[in-house]
Amino acid sequence: MDFTFTEDQLLFQASVREFLTNEVTTERIRASWESDSGRSDEWWSQLAELGLTGMTVPEAYGGLGMNELDFVLLAQECGYVALPEPLVNTALVSVPLLRDIGGEIAANWLPKVATGEAKVVVGLAQNTLVEDAHVADLLLLQQGGVLLAATPEQVSLRHNESVDPSRKLYAVDVTGQPLEVAAGARAEALIAEALNRGALGSAAQALGLAQRMIDSTVQYTSERQQFGKPVGSFQAVKHQMANVAVQLEYAKAPTHRAAYALASGQAIAPHAVSHAKLVACDAANLAARNCHQAHGAMGYTWEMDLHIFMKKAWALANCWGDAGFHKARIGRTIFADGAALGAGATFG
Amino acid sequence: MELAYTDEQQAFRAEVRSWLAVNVPAEPLQSFDTEEGFKAHRQWEATLNSGRWGMVTWPEALGGRGCDLIEWLIFEEEYYRAQAPLRVNQNGIFLLGPTLMEYGTEEQKARILPPMATGEEVWAQGWSEPNAGSDMAAIRATARLEGDKYVVNGQKIWSTRAVWADWCFGMFRTDPESERHRGLTFILVPLDSPGITVRPIPQLDGLPGFAEIFFDDVEVAIENRLGDEGAGWSVAMATAGFERGLMLRSPARFQETARRLVELYTANRESADRDPAVKEAVLRAYLDAESYCLATYQTACRLNKGGKIGAESSTNKIFWSELDQNMHAAAMSILGARAELLSHAPDARGVGKWLDGWMFSMSGPIYAGTNEVQRNIIAERMLGMPR
Repeated sequence: MDFTFTEDQLLFQASVREFLTNEVTTERIRASWESDSGRSDEWWSQLAELGLTGMTVPEAYGGLGMNELDFVLLAQECGYVALPEPLVNTALVSVPLLRDIGGEIAANWLPKVATGEAKVVVGLAQNTLVEDAHVADLLLLQQGGVLLAATPEQVSLRHNESVDPSRKLYAVDVTGQPLEVAAGARAEALIAEALNRGALGSAAQALGLAQRMIDSTVQYTSERQQFGKPVGSFQAVKHQMANVAVQLEYAKAPTHRAAYALASGQAIAPHAVSHAKLVACDAANLAARNCHQAHGAMGYTWEMDLHIFMKKAWALANCWGDAGFHKARIGRTIFADGAALGAGATFG
Repeated sequence: MELAYTDEQQAFRAEVRSWLAVNVPAEPLQSFDTEEGFKAHRQWEATLNSGRWGMVTWPEALGGRGCDLIEWLIFEEEYYRAQAPLRVNQNGIFLLGPTLMEYGTEEQKARILPPMATGEEVWAQGWSEPNAGSDMAAIRATARLEGDKYVVNGQKIWSTRAVWADWCFGMFRTDPESERHRGLTFILVPLDSPGITVRPIPQLDGLPGFAEIFFDDVEVAIENRLGDEGAGWSVAMATAGFERGLMLRSPARFQETARRLVELYTANRESADRDPAVKEAVLRAYLDAESYCLATYQTACRLNKGGKIGAESSTNKIFWSELDQNMHAAAMSILGARAELLSHAPDARGVGKWLDGWMFSMSGPIYAGTNEVQRNIIAERMLGMPR
């Protein structure tokens, strides 16, 4: 039994955190909102240079061959800075899906993803809309029970504006004749795994977002004075923040367990992912609400940075399976006849 | 990361399981807050100790097995799974024991720990006073050094297990000029000493689970001082962290309640589902119990590898105490009109111990530092908010 990350995993996390907090500032995020695509080639090539776009790409295709467990702490860091670039979806969803589809399409695209030359996005029915379809060089799309690989020429996109200006969402209509890459039970399995990895990415980002909102609020309430004291010295404010800290603290281990379960192909993985997604997104939503309250009227302004993180937390709670989806999945395992529950059953 | 038990850990689990299967009393013991139940629980402690299961984390020389934290968690999982009796000497084995190992002299350890392990000497705690509850530094009970003994005066309250216990431990003001957390000394007092009056306090269930202790010129040998004079606060606080919390309320306890709750819900699904909030509460309770387990394993593994515990450990008391309340509240909803029945009522079949657990869960957010105090600690020490 070892529930710790390796030195290498922790060091990688620290270096990615340093890079992201230096480069992905809220000023630059706001600037990205003013650009046409909302995406930055400069950021993407920097992420590629760090090996992050190729982190989960198999070594045979020029990547680092790492897995969900290696990436989960980095996804937390992406959440911490509210990274607008589609790195988490790339590393956790697109790349593993391409890898599992295999064959020529994997051989063609994975090396380009690793170098940062190409972006591949995944559109599942569960999400309705497709994130970052406008910058995709290849779209892996669920159409009913079939998985298609479409080029940008084979689809038409309809932009849907999100409350989070960093999120770029598109309705995708297939207009051409894309390649069918999987059907039947195989497609079903690939889609289910893609959904689980997307949900893990959301959970991990939610942890980072919650921590960022806490940190910003602690800073703000330490400076803002009322009644001659910092507002953060009042118990009414402290206790709201402590409640967030408690929820966040107990959402971490389930998220790390979900990453482990996915990386090692455990049967419990879907259940573990749903657990992580529910508790991590709940923690981030509670952070959003309580941190917003602690900011007073300033939190309700466009000028204050809090909403950058708050709105992403709102959005992530409902992608890659909303709470209803994940609760139903948990319910099916724990309320089943003969379910292994209780003390001693956690690790199987 | 490797989330699987080693062969040794599996073998340890099997050994615990088979011993408990043979030795756990078939019928649940009476509450240890009754005289007869207290005796039966004391006897159970002796039985446990005879199998060297009394305190598996203690060194072998003291009747333990030198287990690490993961083995402790496994032991607890099996213990709660087997529905073995609650630990009547928890104040001793879980709270005072670890403190003694850190601060006690060799003489004290040799004298105090063995009878603690066998249940021959059961311990009560003497922290709170009528005007020192959440504000424990307001302690006013005094101990005056006279030659080779202390003369103790004052009053303690909410002393758990004090009605039938043999000893109590607590802090007393040894420097009458001192204020707050300075000038306090950690002293162990035999409860049969002349000058002691114990007045039982009936709890919500009517049983005297705690008591007031009055000290009237009680003489205590200086050998019963733990740590230096005036160092009581740091002795009391030093081991108040994660490990002691883990001993007192390990995840298994809540996971078993969660399992019973799921069972109760599925057995009464038709009536329970009339209120959609119930299913949600059961599901959430189950996840929270699992989260508590996962987080505890994560911390235990980090400590096993030499990691240090941080201020984040202060989140755990809030988490488990509110979880316990939520689980029992959900059970009360499922039981509906029968929920209020005491377990011996003729038509209380199937009500089980939920009502007792519900009442006890009300104490969780209060004892061991109220959750409001815990929230202040989290905000100030973990998050760094201004005082």
